[in-house]
Amino acid sequence: MSAALEAKLGRAWKKPPFISNPIFRWTLTIGTIAYIIVAFWGIDVNIDRIIRGWARGWEFIKAFAEPDFTSRWKDIYKGIYESIVMTVASTVVGIAISIPIALGAARNIAPLPVYLICRAIVAISRALNEIIVAIILVAILGFGPLAGFITLSFATIGFLAKLLAEDIENMNKVQAEAIKSTGASWSQWINFGVQPQVMPRLIGLSMYRLDINFRESAVLGLVGAGGIGGTLNTAFDRYEFDTVAAILIIIIVTVMFLEYLSGVIRARIQ
Amino acid sequence: MPMTEKNGQKIWQVRTTNAQLIRWAAWLVGLAVFLFSWKEISDNTLWFMMDNVGEVVADIAGRATPPRWSFITELGKPIWDTLAIATLGTIFALVMAVPVAFLAARNTTPSRLIVRPFALLIIVSTRSVNSLIWALLLVSIVGPGVLAGLIAISIRSIGFCAKLLYEAIEEINVVQVEAIKATGASPMQVMVYGIVPQIMPAFAGIAVFRWDINIRESTVLGLVGAGGIGLALQSSLNVLAWPKVSLILLVILVAVVIGEWVSAKVRGAII
Repeated sequence: MSAALEAKLGRAWKKPPFISNPIFRWTLTIGTIAYIIVAFWGIDVNIDRIIRGWARGWEFIKAFAEPDFTSRWKDIYKGIYESIVMTVASTVVGIAISIPIALGAARNIAPLPVYLICRAIVAISRALNEIIVAIILVAILGFGPLAGFITLSFATIGFLAKLLAEDIENMNKVQAEAIKSTGASWSQWINFGVQPQVMPRLIGLSMYRLDINFRESAVLGLVGAGGIGGTLNTAFDRYEFDTVAAILIIIIVTVMFLEYLSGVIRARIQ
Repeated sequence: MPMTEKNGQKIWQVRTTNAQLIRWAAWLVGLAVFLFSWKEISDNTLWFMMDNVGEVVADIAGRATPPRWSFITELGKPIWDTLAIATLGTIFALVMAVPVAFLAARNTTPSRLIVRPFALLIIVSTRSVNSLIWALLLVSIVGPGVLAGLIAISIRSIGFCAKLLYEAIEEINVVQVEAIKATGASPMQVMVYGIVPQIMPAFAGIAVFRWDINIRESTVLGLVGAGGIGLALQSSLNVLAWPKVSLILLVILVAVVIGEWVSAKVRGAII
């Protein structure tokens, strides 16, 4: 820029900062940097162990080039089968329980006491990590897919009921009002005024949750709650990286397929 | 809308008879699949263990209460480690996710045929493997400890952050980019003044959102030996020290709730 123009404009243009308050901006920047340095300090890195482990890491990467599906195929098959069964059952049960809770957690449908109870259920379900729920349930119910099934159903409630309730709260009032003005009963009002409006979202969310539940079912086995995770854990413990690679490839392909399927279904509905 | 006439009366229906039959068939198949799945679970369950579930629950609850409050002094370091895993993991993930996102977005990728599929592959493969599995793998490579958890969380988050970010990049307003280009700006300047300011709010939102999720995930990473409060949980569970377990669960719950509150506040301030 020429000096004359500079003089006319007064001062050069500067990009406005992302946070406008300078005090807040500088405390945030300095605080973040200080925290990062201190946090790094707390991590002890055992260089010797990493160098020794490096060979193992390389072996693992090589294993992806030639995954071994055959030698443990029976275990892999059983694990995947159990994972799918758990996913299907828990998604269906989870949706069935979520729908009434979502109706209760929508402020424009439910009276205040019901609303508070349903919101509390949703909050509890969302705050508890799946793995922790699974550990507790395995302690109570013993090893096996039942613990995983209940865990996933419970987690589905928090996810689905919350998002569905938000959709119900954002629905078009006029349509619901129109049904009400025909003298419809409460169930007719829900069935003809509310349900058609939220149905596309419900189907989309259900497909999405099916996808998530499969992914989660792959790790629940690590704590003994059934599914492919148990097989995976055993393979890791035996350092059979080629079997691990095979299992991971199966999980990734299944997840990709489910994601594609849910994408197609959601695109067709909307 | 299909209509049938019966005894001179018109009856309206939502669907034709065929459409209705197809729907019922679909429901029937769905129900059959569900019942079959349920039967499989039921067959693999030891139902005799259910006979005294009530007693077991009461027993564990009795042992777990009251939590051993004095144990909290020993939880300072583990919870600090958990927060470090979540925060540093998110930062690392963002540093790696930004280039991946720019390579994956249709409007900024250097090559749609070669680079974009590769970037998408990184996104899908890091996203579909759970952080616990990454942790399991990294523990066997770099040894147990915080470092394994940190790397696991970073890798798992790359795909998530990059996916949301590249969607944000694809939705930017082209006019603004065009305007910057028209001033004769270099490609780098177009990036900094045309694209980055538009995706900055989305970026900050994604960062905080993922940080919140990472706090939840890093609390359990210790179960496979990857550091943090999960390690304390695992060792207490192994010796069935239920009062300690209940205290740890309480601490985790508080950490998760605080994380969610902070994330909601920050996102509310940005958007």
